[in-house]
Amino acid sequence: MTEPAGIVLKNAWLIPAIPLASFVLVGLVVRPLSRRLAGIVATAAIFVSAAMAWILAWEYFSATPHGEPTAVIPWTFEWLRYQTGLTVKLGVLVDPLSILLMVVVTTVSALVHLYSIGYMHDDEGSGRFFTWMNLFTFSMLGLVVAPNIVQMYVFWELVGVSSFLLIGYYYQKPSAVAASNKAFIVTRFADLGFMIGILILGFYGFRLFSELGDAGLQPFDFAFLTSPAVLERLATMHLGTCDISILTLSMVLVFMGAAGKSAMFPLHIWLPDAMEGPTPVSALIHAATMVVAGVYLVARLFAAFAASGTALMVVAYVGAFTCLFAAIIGLTQDDIKRVLAFSTLSQLGYMMFALGVATVGHPLGYTASMFHLFTHAFFKSLLFLAAGAVIHAVHTNNIWEMGGLVRKLPITHATFLVATLAIAGIWPLAGFFSKDEILGAALDGGHPVIFAVGLLVAGLTALYMFRIYFLTFWGKFRGMVTDPVHEVPALMRVPLVILAVASIVAGFVPMGRFVRIGEEHHAGINLAVAIPASILALIGIGLAWILYSADGRRAAQCTVRMGAFYTVIKQKFYIDEAYLFVTRRILFRFVARPIAWFDRHVVDGGVNLSGWIARTTGSVLRHLQTGQVQVYGVWFVGGALLVLLILWAGWR
Amino acid sequence: MIQYLAEHGPGLIHWLILSNVLFAIGIYGLLSRRNAIGILMSVELMLNSAAMNAVVFNRFLTPRAVDGEILALFVIAVAAAEAVVALAIFVALFRNRSSIDVNRMDSLKG
Amino acid sequence: MGLVSGLIAIPFLTTLAVLTVPAARWRAIRWIAVTGCAIHLILTAVVTALFWQQASADVATMKTALLTKLYLVEQVEWFRSLGIEYFVGIDGISMAMVILTSIIIFTGVLASWYVETRTKEFFVLLLTLVTGVFGVFVSFDLFLFFMFYELAVLPMYLLIGIWGTGPKEYSAMKLTLMLLVGSAFILVGFLALYHASGLHSFNLLKLAQANFSGEFQRWVFPMIFVGFGVIGALYPLHTWSPDGHSSAPTAVSMLHAGVLMKLGGYGALRIAVYLLPEGAKDWGLFFMVLTTVNILYGSFGAIMQRDLKYFTAYSSVSHCGFVLFGVAALNLMGLKGAVLQMFSHGIMTGLFFALIGMVYGRTHTRNIDEMGGLARRMPWLAVMFYIAGLASLGLPGLSGFIAETHVFLGGFFGNDWTNVTVMRILTILSTMSIVVTAVYVLRGLSRVFYGPIRNSHFEHLDDAKLPERISTGVLAAVLVIAGVVPWLLIDLIEGALMPILNRLNGSIAMTGF
Repeated sequence: MTEPAGIVLKNAWLIPAIPLASFVLVGLVVRPLSRRLAGIVATAAIFVSAAMAWILAWEYFSATPHGEPTAVIPWTFEWLRYQTGLTVKLGVLVDPLSILLMVVVTTVSALVHLYSIGYMHDDEGSGRFFTWMNLFTFSMLGLVVAPNIVQMYVFWELVGVSSFLLIGYYYQKPSAVAASNKAFIVTRFADLGFMIGILILGFYGFRLFSELGDAGLQPFDFAFLTSPAVLERLATMHLGTCDISILTLSMVLVFMGAAGKSAMFPLHIWLPDAMEGPTPVSALIHAATMVVAGVYLVARLFAAFAASGTALMVVAYVGAFTCLFAAIIGLTQDDIKRVLAFSTLSQLGYMMFALGVATVGHPLGYTASMFHLFTHAFFKSLLFLAAGAVIHAVHTNNIWEMGGLVRKLPITHATFLVATLAIAGIWPLAGFFSKDEILGAALDGGHPVIFAVGLLVAGLTALYMFRIYFLTFWGKFRGMVTDPVHEVPALMRVPLVILAVASIVAGFVPMGRFVRIGEEHHAGINLAVAIPASILALIGIGLAWILYSADGRRAAQCTVRMGAFYTVIKQKFYIDEAYLFVTRRILFRFVARPIAWFDRHVVDGGVNLSGWIARTTGSVLRHLQTGQVQVYGVWFVGGALLVLLILWAGWR
Repeated sequence: MIQYLAEHGPGLIHWLILSNVLFAIGIYGLLSRRNAIGILMSVELMLNSAAMNAVVFNRFLTPRAVDGEILALFVIAVAAAEAVVALAIFVALFRNRSSIDVNRMDSLKG
Repeated sequence: MGLVSGLIAIPFLTTLAVLTVPAARWRAIRWIAVTGCAIHLILTAVVTALFWQQASADVATMKTALLTKLYLVEQVEWFRSLGIEYFVGIDGISMAMVILTSIIIFTGVLASWYVETRTKEFFVLLLTLVTGVFGVFVSFDLFLFFMFYELAVLPMYLLIGIWGTGPKEYSAMKLTLMLLVGSAFILVGFLALYHASGLHSFNLLKLAQANFSGEFQRWVFPMIFVGFGVIGALYPLHTWSPDGHSSAPTAVSMLHAGVLMKLGGYGALRIAVYLLPEGAKDWGLFFMVLTTVNILYGSFGAIMQRDLKYFTAYSSVSHCGFVLFGVAALNLMGLKGAVLQMFSHGIMTGLFFALIGMVYGRTHTRNIDEMGGLARRMPWLAVMFYIAGLASLGLPGLSGFIAETHVFLGGFFGNDWTNVTVMRILTILSTMSIVVTAVYVLRGLSRVFYGPIRNSHFEHLDDAKLPERISTGVLAAVLVIAGVVPWLLIDLIEGALMPILNRLNGSIAMTGF
């Protein structure tokens, strides 16, 4: 077996480093000079990175065409030494998984940057925008190449903060500010689980390291944490007398972090609101890259999840539930970006449960999940960018104020249609293949319920996607905008077309050859799955056509008939309200406010009380100071006599 | 005569009783007189009783030494000085307050 | 006079220089002050370089990366009859603290560039205070330590009482009295150490050789720890901090929260834990419980605050909890995390208070609800505020993350003489503060800087001026550097903790510096 080598591979650290350099350069030097230039520099940097990522992929896979996938760490250095034997080495891990993500992240990021030059053309703060976008790309790449869990966490937080900054880009808009805070706080809450998981893994990893470790590894390294010997030991250790093994506990906690980032139910609430950010941000961060970090984390630790069956079950069912749940809500939303956000949630659910249904012996779901991650990145970012073009043209997000845009925006329409068909899973577009593989994995893995959910959601996906498609592009224009609707400029059209092409061809990538566990998997269409899924998708499209093609009049009647049920769905099952209730009404009112009160009145009161006691004692004793020498004399004499008396008594 | 007194006259204890009585009278005066002059006189009384103590102890315990007498002389001198200062204060006080009634002197009341 | 004495002498000489200038020439005074601090910064750099030079020579000979010695020592007998020495030196922890203080005072003077009432007295007191702080950090004689400690605490009363805002007399009185109660505990503890050792010496290293009985340690450890805990904002003795910090003028808040509160952690570590390891083992869990309360209580308390300074003060209570939590965890990572957190929190909170001063100077309000949309008028201040805020919520890449993960790991790993399960539960409870901190920091900052501008008067405010940009920029840069290249600090600190750890682990062989 030959160790993959190549110039780019040896210098793979440049792939994240270039966006970092560009972030610093743009942020400190270029941005104050010219925001146009900032956009160009930032975009150029990402393009260089993307080119390197593609070359890297080529170098890597041409060196190991059919051999076992090997992990290479071409660059590493000791960053943080907690104590001897517990250090964090920052590094660049190159293996099929990270290459896949690097390619996706850099490519989508480069195209979104290009698109943003046009999209943010008139925005005064676009220099800031590109600075944060570069920061995000750097962080995401740092996350992707992490060889250990602490580096993962570090960049995990950094993508979180860049997402926060970009959602709150329109910082004068209260809803954007609220959304950015919500996104950060909800994911932070999830990261709490991740953090505790790291603490547990750190402790037990450190303990096992002395017996099982080898020189090249560190306790935090994924390679160490997923090595069979360690997993075996972790699975047999238990938490006190509970029945939960350390492995399950830590993996469930880590999954909590993953669920937060990938917006799994019930931590999904931040993602729809995150659409307050500029549309390119939604396309890049909240569709194609950052939100798949959770999926990626589970994939990275797949061996550990698989070793603890329970944790994997949690992943599978949470994924499947989110998949269905989000698709249902997606049917009712009016904001085009929110529909896409719920669609993202639903698709992330697919990826998650695909991982959940895979096992080490039967790892098809693993490949399928990564395959779907890959294809989804293209068609979903395309959907967002196209939606951005529509919003750019009609200045509203509400699909009921659009309509009849087919002729006005031909290219946008064409690309949007391609992406919609792709996500709906129509042959031969990308989504068809990856979804087929996921459903096949669920069926073969012996998870009929999850398979059924996946199948149903395939239909729902087609329905909600074609709902917005028909409402946006078909029928009559229902908006108020009077100024003419223009097709987007060429600069923005280029990424749309490239992504559309990618959405068509991405399904033909032999993912089973590149990203896999164990034996190479030959992609083939599983007709037993493909036919019902396609039929359901077509039914979904047909239903959408019936309901929504004529400006949605039939749909309106339908919703009226559904009554309260519809309202509940439209209000997203009141999950946000439940959270608000818990935080505002319970945490703030019954924890924070009492503590603030307690501090001001009881603790501080204690201090003031001691002050008061001293003062009061003083003012009582003050009356002894009559100022008359004779009174003092009486005290003196009395005191002297008392002393004498005591002495005398003592003498006796 | 001296011989007689030494043998049959008042002994140490009698002198001490006298001095204690004087001292007690002094204290009583010090604490009860309203007039500053009276207080001063009471203080003199106490000083003298103390001086007497010194002399008496000297006479009866160490007849050869003169330490007690010297101390008494010091007491007398200090008492004289004290009387001067005190009277000066009283004069100043009287000028300011037209009274030397100590009950009214309570500027230091807390 | 050696370089370390120079560290103490420069602020003192600057004080004298300020004293000689007539009060009317206040512009000259602030230049003198800033020059003195700049010189001090340079001297600190020199000392750091020398320290590294000497230390790396030792590293080469000892074949270990641990700097366990005391460097640049100056030792002169002072009062022979009482065994008091003038004994100063530098080890890794002192070095880190001196660097911190030097940066904070430099930026603090710049941040109080526009103090125009009684400028002379202000700088005299400020520099006196700093003299004391430097003295504490380099003293290795308990008497000297205590003397400098008092020198550092007392000027605060006047600084807050005269230049403060709000209920300043009350705050100044409360702060001073509470800290003095702490001092009383410390003094009694020191004297007990002096007598019980029977060595007739206040020398810290000599006292370390004394054989204090377990019973004695059990009594004296909490006394000294609580004494230092008062200034380190140990719950429930933290209550001087919100009032004190909010009433104090900018530079004083910076110094107080940034540096003075560190004296608590420093003393607890250097003296209480080092000299009384058995006592520390007995009381470790108790103090871990208290500091866990600190951490959560401070962060929940901060949510409800409407005044920016109260907000930051409660956040300080929470963050200083991490310092003492790390100390009470009594293992390498905990102690290291404590020192890192002292440094990190010092810089961060210094930045916070500097910025609050600048915002207040413009808006004339510190009420969060009255502000809004300030980012548009003051982008620089907003960015700096967010950097400080993100550091305080432990964002990786900034110093807070390094310190907090050390403390968490320290707490989670536990030690051999405490119930590890309880320690873990406490650690997990304290990790919750990372969420609560995110809540209050983001809510607070977004209300101040984001959204539309609510007050038309704010439309005409300007962004930071040059001295302000320098001072905040330096602090923010330090936060980033400490977060991105953590080994600079870790290498400095780690070796100096070895003597303390060795005493805790009972190996007598390596207990000396």
